Amino acid sequence: MEVIASFVPLVVILPFAGALLNLFLGRYLSEKLIGALATTAAALAFAVAAVMTVGITAHGYEAVVVNPPILDSWIYIPSAAIDIPWQMRVDTLSLTMMLVVTGVGTLIHLYAIGYMHGDPRFARFFVYLNLFLGFMLILVTGNNFLMMFVGWEGVGLCSFLLIGFWFDKKHGEGWKNSNAARKAFIVNRVGDFGLLLAIFLIFWTYGTLDYYKPNEVLHIGGEKAAADVLVREGGDGIAHGQKGVFAQTEAWLAEGGHIVSFGVFELPFETVVTLITLFMLIGVTGKSAQIPLFVWLPDAMAGPTPVSALIHAATMVTAGVYLITRNSVLYHAAPLSAALVTVVGAATALMAGFIALGQWDIKKVLAYSTVSQLGFMVAAVGIGGYAAGMFHLITHAFFKALLFLGSGSVIHAMEHGHHHAHAHHESEHGEESHGHADHAHEEAFDPQDMRNMGGLARRMPITFVTYLIGTLALAGIFPLAGFWSKDEILGKAFNAAFIDGKLEGFAMLGLLLAAAGFTAFYMWRQIKLVFLGVPRTEAAAAATESSPSMTIPLLVLAALSIFGGALNIPLGVNSVLVIGVLFITAGFWLLWALPSVRLFFIGRAEPVTSLPSLKPAFRLIALGSAAAFMLSGAAIILVPSLGASYPLETLVLWLEHSVPYTKGLTLNPFLAILALGIGIGGILLAQRVYSPAPLAEGNQDVLEIRPDTRPAFQLANAKLYWDETYGRLIEQPYNRAAAWLAHKLDWEFWHDRFHHTVFRDFYKRAADFIATPVDRGAIDQGFLRIGRAVAQAAARLRTVQTGYVRTYVFTMLFGVVLVMLILLLPLLRQ
Amino acid sequence: MEKNDMLINVVLFSPLVGIVLLLIMGQRREERIKWVALVSSLVTLAFSLVLLGAFDPSKAEMQLENLGEWFSLGNYTVSYYVGVDGLSILLVLLTAFIMPLAILFSLYHVKERVRLYYSFLLLLEFAMIGVFVAQDLFLFYVFWEVSLVPMYFLVGIWGSEQRIYAAVKFFLYTMAGSILMLLAILWMGNYFGTFNVMAIKAAVEAAAGTPQGAFPSAVTELLLFLGFFIAFAIKVPIWPLHSWLPDAHVQAPTAGSVILAGVLLKLGTYGLVRFNLGLFPQMSVTLAPIIGVLAIIGIIYGAWVSYAQTDVKKLVAYSSISHLGFVVLGIFALNAAGISGATLQMVNHGISTGGLFLMVGMLYERRHTKAIDAFGGVWKVMPVFSGLALVITLSSMGLPGLNGFVGEFTILLGTAGSPVLGVLFAFFGTIGVILAAVYLLYMWNKVFMGEYRAPVAEHGAFALAPAAGGGHEGEGEDVHAAGEAHGHDNHGAEGGNPYTPLTWNELTALIAVVIAAFVIGLYPRPFFGYMDASVGATAAELARYIPADATAQSIQAE
Repeated sequence: MEVIASFVPLVVILPFAGALLNLFLGRYLSEKLIGALATTAAALAFAVAAVMTVGITAHGYEAVVVNPPILDSWIYIPSAAIDIPWQMRVDTLSLTMMLVVTGVGTLIHLYAIGYMHGDPRFARFFVYLNLFLGFMLILVTGNNFLMMFVGWEGVGLCSFLLIGFWFDKKHGEGWKNSNAARKAFIVNRVGDFGLLLAIFLIFWTYGTLDYYKPNEVLHIGGEKAAADVLVREGGDGIAHGQKGVFAQTEAWLAEGGHIVSFGVFELPFETVVTLITLFMLIGVTGKSAQIPLFVWLPDAMAGPTPVSALIHAATMVTAGVYLITRNSVLYHAAPLSAALVTVVGAATALMAGFIALGQWDIKKVLAYSTVSQLGFMVAAVGIGGYAAGMFHLITHAFFKALLFLGSGSVIHAMEHGHHHAHAHHESEHGEESHGHADHAHEEAFDPQDMRNMGGLARRMPITFVTYLIGTLALAGIFPLAGFWSKDEILGKAFNAAFIDGKLEGFAMLGLLLAAAGFTAFYMWRQIKLVFLGVPRTEAAAAATESSPSMTIPLLVLAALSIFGGALNIPLGVNSVLVIGVLFITAGFWLLWALPSVRLFFIGRAEPVTSLPSLKPAFRLIALGSAAAFMLSGAAIILVPSLGASYPLETLVLWLEHSVPYTKGLTLNPFLAILALGIGIGGILLAQRVYSPAPLAEGNQDVLEIRPDTRPAFQLANAKLYWDETYGRLIEQPYNRAAAWLAHKLDWEFWHDRFHHTVFRDFYKRAADFIATPVDRGAIDQGFLRIGRAVAQAAARLRTVQTGYVRTYVFTMLFGVVLVMLILLLPLLRQ
Repeated sequence: MEKNDMLINVVLFSPLVGIVLLLIMGQRREERIKWVALVSSLVTLAFSLVLLGAFDPSKAEMQLENLGEWFSLGNYTVSYYVGVDGLSILLVLLTAFIMPLAILFSLYHVKERVRLYYSFLLLLEFAMIGVFVAQDLFLFYVFWEVSLVPMYFLVGIWGSEQRIYAAVKFFLYTMAGSILMLLAILWMGNYFGTFNVMAIKAAVEAAAGTPQGAFPSAVTELLLFLGFFIAFAIKVPIWPLHSWLPDAHVQAPTAGSVILAGVLLKLGTYGLVRFNLGLFPQMSVTLAPIIGVLAIIGIIYGAWVSYAQTDVKKLVAYSSISHLGFVVLGIFALNAAGISGATLQMVNHGISTGGLFLMVGMLYERRHTKAIDAFGGVWKVMPVFSGLALVITLSSMGLPGLNGFVGEFTILLGTAGSPVLGVLFAFFGTIGVILAAVYLLYMWNKVFMGEYRAPVAEHGAFALAPAAGGGHEGEGEDVHAAGEAHGHDNHGAEGGNPYTPLTWNELTALIAVVIAAFVIGLYPRPFFGYMDASVGATAAELARYIPADATAQSIQAE
């Protein structure tokens, strides 16, 4: 395993290498080559992760700590006992994240080749995407908090760069994008502030930032066995910190009554852990878009859609969930923080679900949906369902990426449809090339506004069916992925509430069930508005299905959304394989038998019998990446199952090898049926509300017309006034104070008035005073008198003025000696 | 060993050799003059690298030293004593690194009194290196004062509109501090019978255990401490003594700002470590919380005020107050982590802020304005420049993986665990990290992002209007130029586009900064390694003065 795990630096290096290549060579390469390069980098990283997964499975899930070559230590200050290495950890948790990040990442890279076609900064886009992958992989593979922080801020930077990718759009769009990017960075910085403080506290508590030291044995399932810790040999001057953070926590908790000294004050260990976890929570609310720092995520939709799918849905925003899962030992030791995490997550889930009900922008709905689903995950890990949270993280990555890519496909089609319709009307505009850049000149058309859509199911069959699958998976419909993971979370809440009697368990259960209802409702509203009914604009009527490089990832993600739930179904190897095959067959039936599906939903079918043919040049690239991708994926399932001694485990069991306090599976049939009922109920309700026509006259929502639902809809539409509140409470006072400080206090008062009045004028007045009354008056008079006396003396002394140079030199020397004597006076005194 | 003895003199005096060469050359031969200056600064850089190679990181004490009697006056013996230790070696290197960048930038932009200009730059380099290597208080003072003169003329002759005001203010402010320091130095020289810093330090350390201590009374020590501290605080500048800084920075020519921010401010922070911590450990411990509060105020105040600026250069100038607040905080954390971080951050700030001033200078040379609102969308027309500028901005913001983060993190880590400051100081210091993002991204957004704002729009009613807006005659060309730049990187100088591509010297300077930022950010280990022994010794010495019951100490100090 050591050997296989030592490949882990490659997982990080490959995307960075891809980024560097495209950065320096991008301008000389064709779009396809750029895309192929970036996608290959991602796919290879996935392959490495897959190989390591096989390796770790074959070696009893043993975690391995890897020191990458060349860069031995990062911050290494012996005199201060600081040793923070570039060190990586391969265990089941980090591998899970690696697989999700690179797997979904590869698909989205592929998708972006089609989506970004024709963009003037095509190469730059892929540089950023690869860079993002690299940082995200640092985040999940690091073996200490600071490496995690490097990734944490790094992905934030990439998010910033990608949200602001179209900073130069015209008609104010560019400024909007730029400001959204800035907002994301700054809000995330607030979160990072919390995380940094947590890191400081951790360092001064434990003397190290390492999760686990190499060869440290992990407690599994919360057993408090004495940690088998290997003390590192060698006198590198580092006295304390022989145990990793988590092992030390266990040891101190078992010992009890440990006091931590922070130099100027002391605190009991339990309090310190609570503080650490609370500060960490600030970081989580920033990156994972929870109350109160979620406000950046909806705005982040200004970025290109593949970015929204990859960064703002599938991977980066789940970093907070990963963080809490990684720190399960600490959160387990701090029930107060854990309860707060739960409440924050559950409240966010409901709040964002509510806002999503009233949005018009196709991506804004998905954005709030993401915030809501992240709330599910955060609540899950807060209540102690670490595996449940991770499970939802994975399935959500599949279906939310699918939905975002689907929405991207829709937006793309709407733009082209609009362009097409536009060109149809005004032929003089037709000469302009296709691409994103020149869409901006067409004013007053929002290709993301769902009011402009409708009836797209007919125009975009693949997008529609895959979107439908994503919607059902998100709504938690059996047997799609979301059903299993959502049920797992609800089961944890149920157990916490009714078995452990935790208050936050009750709150979480109630809030999440309500949020699940909202989820189904707003998603079906979206389906109704976008895909069903009749086209409401010419653009929608002229929309066409997107290119294969965009639809293939949709198909793969749809398949994953269908059978992703199988990851955690507690059955034997064979049954899983059988079910997997069944799921795949069912999925492909659904995908390929498009005409009948369409017939069911739309009524009238147009002859679509096969996928559009692939262009030969592109096919090679697409198939190559797809093959590598599929093969690696298959290897995860197939290779271990070949030998009888390699049992394929459920996700929970798999994660137990790296996440302490992961409790077993909690499939609760009662809850499952209840949640399914709520999901179906939400869909049926939406179907009822938004039929026959989803929009009332004046392009108003049906709910907006009805007086009883009107206030609620308007509140949701106004996003609960979060932005306005923050603007009034934080932003404006900050700006006003900055202006006052800078212009009034610092410049007018301190720089100008104080310096002029106090220093310069005082000096002048003093100078005048010295010059006129003092100098001319007293001193002059005095000197006159002295002068007269001197004159008399001089007359007497005139004899001394010999005119000889030596006399003058002698006098000078005498003066010097006099001065020196005065200077030496202190010495004589001693 | 004999060869190494002279090495430090070679580094110190090589800029003077450059000046002599410049003075020999004819006034008119501007072309040749600037090359001689550049080569001279590069030679100094090379020598300083050799010095670094000869430096033994495992030794805490002064090394590569050179001691000789300079002159003697009564019981005052002034020696020529130069040497480096872990605290100063990196700063010598920084000086030698920044100077070629400043000269590189000036190559094509400075056209007046060229010989005088480069002579002053080299004289400045001589003085600054001198400050870092002088180990005799009197010698230190001489270099300290000498460093003032060329900067005064650089601002006063080659500066912008209000250069005289700025130069005089800079001079007076610094002089006011210097005089207090001179008094303190004379007193020390008299009391200890020597100006030799190491000897005085040894005397102070020897008296550590004795009840009366090294100084006649606590009040004397306080006054002496303040004498040094105020001089350094003005130079740093520590809030509220910063008022000269925006003037000097904004009015100085770009190279002047680069050196001012890059090195000159570090004279103050270096002095704090070398003299205040080294010679007055007891007073440092006592006053650390108060100075820590000033540093925190500086961090937040500087960042806050920076955010409200409408002038790019002023924004960067105020950011220095915030950044150096971190350095001061780290120094007065009084532990190895804090001092290590602060020492590295001195170098980092030199690189990042020096880079930012280069960036501002390059923008100014193209647009002849520094108003933030005049820019917009520069990223689109100058992608290479913007990419490099982004890295510099991020390094200033403290993004992990770049140099700024390593320093800031270590400082704040040290502060959090400091026996005299503690977590609360780290808490407020870390707020500065958020605020840094606020003002730097504000600058970045307004200048580099957003729609491309052609200069033509300035004549229109709204600066917000895109290239196509307004009815100016140059409009057609501008649209054309923007369109050209749109698809490719060939953002040429056609039409009315003032954003000419970077010249080779500008590119080289920026790339050097960016490489330095990455190297320190990714692999700071050797840099910490150079200072570790000296920092460890300093911290260990200070620890002797910190009572075991640190809680009582901090309350007492309040």
